[in-house]
Amino acid sequence: MKQEERPEPDDPHVMGYGKLFAIIAALLVLTCITVAVSYVNLGFYNVPIALLIATAKSSLVLLFFMHMKYEGTAIKVSFLSTIAFLCIMISFTFWDVAFR
Amino acid sequence: MTKQQSFYETPSPPGLRGIWAWLLTRDHKRLALMYLWAILLWFSLAMVLGLLMRIELMWPGRTIMGPETYNAMFTLHGVIMIFLVVIPAIPAVFGNFFLPIQIGADDVFFPRLNLLSWYLYMLGGVFAIISLFSGKGFPDTGWTFYVPFSVSTNTNVSLTVSAAFILGMSSMLTGLNFITTVHRMRAKGMGWMQIPLFTWSLYATAWVQLLATPVIGITLILVILERLLSIGLFEPDKGGDPLLYQHLFWLYSHPAVYIMILPGMGVVSEIIPIFSRKSIFGYKAIVYSSLAIAIAGSLVWAHHMFTSGISDVSIFVFSLLTYLVAIPSAVKVFSWISTMYKGSIQMTPPLFLALAFIYLFSVGGLTGLLLGAAGTNVYVHDTQFVVSHFHFTMFGGTGFAFFAALHFWWPKMFGVMYNMKRAYIASILITIGFIFHFIPMMILGLMGMPRRYFDYLPQYATGNFLAGFGAFIIVAGVALMFTNLLLSFRVRQEAPADPWGGTTLEWTIPSPPPLHNFIATPEVKDFPYDFRQVSDHYNTMNPKEQE
Repeated sequence: MKQEERPEPDDPHVMGYGKLFAIIAALLVLTCITVAVSYVNLGFYNVPIALLIATAKSSLVLLFFMHMKYEGTAIKVSFLSTIAFLCIMISFTFWDVAFR
Repeated sequence: MTKQQSFYETPSPPGLRGIWAWLLTRDHKRLALMYLWAILLWFSLAMVLGLLMRIELMWPGRTIMGPETYNAMFTLHGVIMIFLVVIPAIPAVFGNFFLPIQIGADDVFFPRLNLLSWYLYMLGGVFAIISLFSGKGFPDTGWTFYVPFSVSTNTNVSLTVSAAFILGMSSMLTGLNFITTVHRMRAKGMGWMQIPLFTWSLYATAWVQLLATPVIGITLILVILERLLSIGLFEPDKGGDPLLYQHLFWLYSHPAVYIMILPGMGVVSEIIPIFSRKSIFGYKAIVYSSLAIAIAGSLVWAHHMFTSGISDVSIFVFSLLTYLVAIPSAVKVFSWISTMYKGSIQMTPPLFLALAFIYLFSVGGLTGLLLGAAGTNVYVHDTQFVVSHFHFTMFGGTGFAFFAALHFWWPKMFGVMYNMKRAYIASILITIGFIFHFIPMMILGLMGMPRRYFDYLPQYATGNFLAGFGAFIIVAGVALMFTNLLLSFRVRQEAPADPWGGTTLEWTIPSPPPLHNFIATPEVKDFPYDFRQVSDHYNTMNPKEQE
């Protein structure tokens, strides 16, 4: 395996104000949708839809505000492994409760 | 090699003289040594506590302490040994010292963070000590702090739990530092498959440290919150679940077993090829087995809970997963043995201790299978068998690997050789003492003697006496080992740059290393364990020549 590519340490990934405001706007819109959806009874889909919107919002924060979109493979893999660990932790624990 | 100024001799910057040159240092080598002295101190203290417990158990009835003191003793012994010794021992001391050197770097990626880790480690230790002498006494919960007892007991649980939380922070930051260092600071030409196996093991460990430690941090905070606010997270009356605590605790604490053992396996992977004068067998298999242990080891935590009331489906799955960990562990053991096969084996104290590691760890691993099987687990759960099993892995494994690493890298760290004969005697004493100590405990457990009891039925008397006798031999051996190593400073028999005929980068630089580790750009080999270029001198040298 070759040595991984190392990004320039001085590259700060500066984003324009326009892009940042667009993301804030998107987050605000998604928050409004969350609130709006909470007034509609969708039965079983209440929770999945709320989670879906929350996931979209956190993805925007992670990708742009936390610069994940611009990071190298190592950081992306690190992040994904924390998510995988969390999933395993929660699912295995809940699984025990479900079969008790 | 010409004589170079070592990092000890290099003058510190103005304002950082004397003790401040150490207390404010950012040099990974100095920090490693600061960890070393602190860890040796904690180890000695916890070992004495262990000896006192064994003296209490040597004869039936009350011998030197009552049940409350005994409870506090095993808690303190466990907390110190686990959080202050076994978890940090190899990564904090030898990892800090040798990881940057093995990859051809001049320091870790975050030197200031490294210093902060040391301070957090010391702060955690200070908190543990304060908790002894404040409040209503030291906790009597055992190192596992199980609820509901840890929430209801009047002893000083909150402070000790805080100590463990701070120590977790230290461990996590060290892990973060190691991962970043390995990714960003490898010498030119050092790809992933040129990294020495010790560094690989630290890298795999660092991931577990980084991912699992936050879980215990949060869990310990929950215990404190429960004690202060009685939220009811673990109380069925309030809709909580006591098993949730055990899930959260073991979610960290079982992977922590691999935080403890993986670096030890890395040490053995360095020692075996050097003293067999043979390239390591299955380099890639060992690398991948380290990663496999780190991953699979994170999925087996509930095997500590088979008798706690978890579901049968969980027991089946966790039992199966536990057995899976045996595969990469066995890959390592067979690779070490295969490395030695037809090698030109040269016995030295580090090799002796590494071989003792393989034997004792194998016993620990195989008895682990007995515990991983749900049926036998129920039979021996919470008996002396379990205590013996984890001492075989933690002391017989990590402890012996730590001793092996001490003897292996001592000449490099301090530039002096120790007395070989005394080192052998000490190592043999510890090994014999270990077997005397823990084999009777294993039999006692199979006979049904429970753990954490200060007294026992008459039929357990012989086994407990023998175990106590073994404890005295271990302490004598450890005392001799440490004295011998410390005497090397007095005798000052200078160590060469490469006393063993090693092939990794630390053996290419002077002993002790210069401040920035490398005087010239390190030359990275295509394969880190290529012995073809090692001088014939090492291949023909007999042990007497080494003294």
